[in-house]
Amino acid sequence: MNYQSQSVAKLYFIAAIGLFVGQILFGVILGLQYVIGDFLFPEIPFNVARMVHTNLLIVWLLFGFMGAAYFLVPEEAERELHSPLLAKVMFWIFLVAGALTILGYLLVPYAGLAQMTGNDLLPTMGREFLEQPTITKIGIVIVALAFLYNIGMTILKGRKTAISLVLLIGLLGLALLFLFAFYNPDNLVKDKFYWWWVVHLWVEGVWELILGSILAFVLIKTTGVDREVIEKWLYVIIAMTLITGIIGTGHHYYWIGTPEYWQWWGSIFSAMEPIPFFMMTVFAFNMVNRRRRNHPNKAALLWALGTAVMAFLGAGVWGFLHTLAPVNYYTHGSQITAAHGHMAFYGAYVMIVLAMISYAMPLMRGRKVAGSNRSQTVEMWSFWLMTVSMVFITLFLTAAGVLQTYLQRYSDEPLPFMVVQDKIEIFYWLREVAGVVFLIGLILYVISFFVGNSDPEAGGGVEESA
Amino acid sequence: MSQSFTKAMARNIFYGGSLFFILVFLGLSYDTNSALPERDNRGAITETVAHGKRLWEENNCIGCHTLLGEGAYFAPELGNVYKRLGGKAGIIGFIKSRPAEGIPGRRSMPQFNFSDEELDALAEFLKYSSEINTAGWPPNIQG
Ligand code: HEM
Ligand code: HEM
Ligand SMILES: [Fe+2]
Repeated sequence: MNYQSQSVAKLYFIAAIGLFVGQILFGVILGLQYVIGDFLFPEIPFNVARMVHTNLLIVWLLFGFMGAAYFLVPEEAERELHSPLLAKVMFWIFLVAGALTILGYLLVPYAGLAQMTGNDLLPTMGREFLEQPTITKIGIVIVALAFLYNIGMTILKGRKTAISLVLLIGLLGLALLFLFAFYNPDNLVKDKFYWWWVVHLWVEGVWELILGSILAFVLIKTTGVDREVIEKWLYVIIAMTLITGIIGTGHHYYWIGTPEYWQWWGSIFSAMEPIPFFMMTVFAFNMVNRRRRNHPNKAALLWALGTAVMAFLGAGVWGFLHTLAPVNYYTHGSQITAAHGHMAFYGAYVMIVLAMISYAMPLMRGRKVAGSNRSQTVEMWSFWLMTVSMVFITLFLTAAGVLQTYLQRYSDEPLPFMVVQDKIEIFYWLREVAGVVFLIGLILYVISFFVGNSDPEAGGGVEESA
Repeated sequence: MSQSFTKAMARNIFYGGSLFFILVFLGLSYDTNSALPERDNRGAITETVAHGKRLWEENNCIGCHTLLGEGAYFAPELGNVYKRLGGKAGIIGFIKSRPAEGIPGRRSMPQFNFSDEELDALAEFLKYSSEINTAGWPPNIQG
């Protein structure tokens, strides 16, 4: 670690990991509710557990992005963070607001929470992923502004690299697009139209810039390949992201009341969205093959390569699977959607945050370049357990989705939703088993921070030339 | 990538390409907004429907159901439930009759204890939703 203020990232990463554990505990509860319908009913109904699961996901990824930015930007700008104090204050505000919101979900009926927080004044609640009380949403905006100010000032006063610039554009876009969460007209079609400006333009737009920039940073650090080469790749990748992904929003405008020309625009442009993900895979492997040094942090490199592969599979392949309008007509809002959502989020955003944590955490804990061999071994086991079980979760949900689509929407005698759910129950059980393996992998991941801390650094704490 | 293709060229493609497609997207969005009145059934949005939408949101129905195919996949699609249950009375009867303690071993919808006026608003909202022009989706009445 070259700058003292980078260490604020540690707080953010610890919170991220803690909330990740919470997310997965609720994931396992949800999976059980799929097969044992009255599990925890009526104390924790499915919709409450689902809100906790998805909102924790988003919040911990935001913690991860912010932590990554606080670590990455001083290093790229070659100066201390503008205000480490502001970063710490905002951390606690965000954590407390997040915790209160989750407690609100769990302890108060949702309608009561809406009333308590004055949803009537500016109704924004009760839409998927945007369930937070309006006051929490305002809090998120304030934290984001303070964060952007802090990061922006640091970049402004320091060295400006493509990596930090792209990160900043991604984060600015994230904050700007979130403002559409405050627009909730009575007109359902308009509500849905702009809802996707938050959801789609996040994950298939500006978040990919954040992903690309963090990946580029970790690759520069671990491979020693020339910055010019890496940054050229970064620009080409994110150019393709926005060229395909912005109009690609149209793949959500097929059946929600919007004009039918979106079936063409959406299909054609979103069918090209896998290209930037594929380029990311080629990019990562290419850089590793051309590496100038062997970095002793093997775990970080594994996460970086892992994210390049899994993002392509989850977003690229599983996204393409159901993105063409004639296919989406049958698969829309089915378990196929859930299968894709899981692998895409895991591959692209969970894994990149874990790659950054893996790279940065040993440095912030006083190591020169990497953790000990023992801790890396445990971490790599957790990589494989989580990644392989996520592949299985995706495969089981895909099987469930294909059957669901056929039985409920395609066959000559379509069956009712609940009848079909009973028929495909076996795949939900299998998904739950894979989910428990995922949880075990995550526990192992947490353990990896506590083992081998008194062992010497892997590779003797020096990078060898390749 | 080849040497003659420089970082500056890549950067310009990024800025130029993004800007161009943002403008195209805004143009399409503008056109969509002009075309919506023909499709989105806005004439049916009364006070009651708006109240129904608020109730839909403040009870987080989307946390179990899909509406026009978006939401959660735990419970049936409701964009066409007005047609599936044969009108408002069917919807109201269903919501009202959910057992408070659930159904042993099975998925069950909570009992929300809505007033008659609230039940009517929800049913009106679902009626309005079912009359949006969704390009023929869902494929059949099962949603
Ligand atoms: C990392 C990037 C991505 C993430 C995190 C992601 C995540 C998701 C999630 C969570 C949903 C469900 C939204 C809802 O609840 O309604 C969704 C829907 C969808 N995604 Fe992605 N996605 C990504 C990239 C892609 C790409 C590249 C494509 C196309 C090639 C794609 C195609 C789709 C389609 C067509 C739907 C709608 C499914 C439906 O009709 O039900 N996604 N995505
Ligand atoms: C233990 C493993 C997990 C289990 C058992 C699990 C289970 C579930 C279930 C049952 C749902 C609700 C589906 C529905 O609406 O009917 C869900 C939604 C979701 N989960 Fe998970 N989950 C797990 C891990 C994860 C992970 C690691 C991620 C992120 C990488 C994730 C991201 C999501 C997202 C984005 C949704 C919303 C999906 C959509 O709308 O398409 N889950 N999960
Ligand atoms: Fe999308």
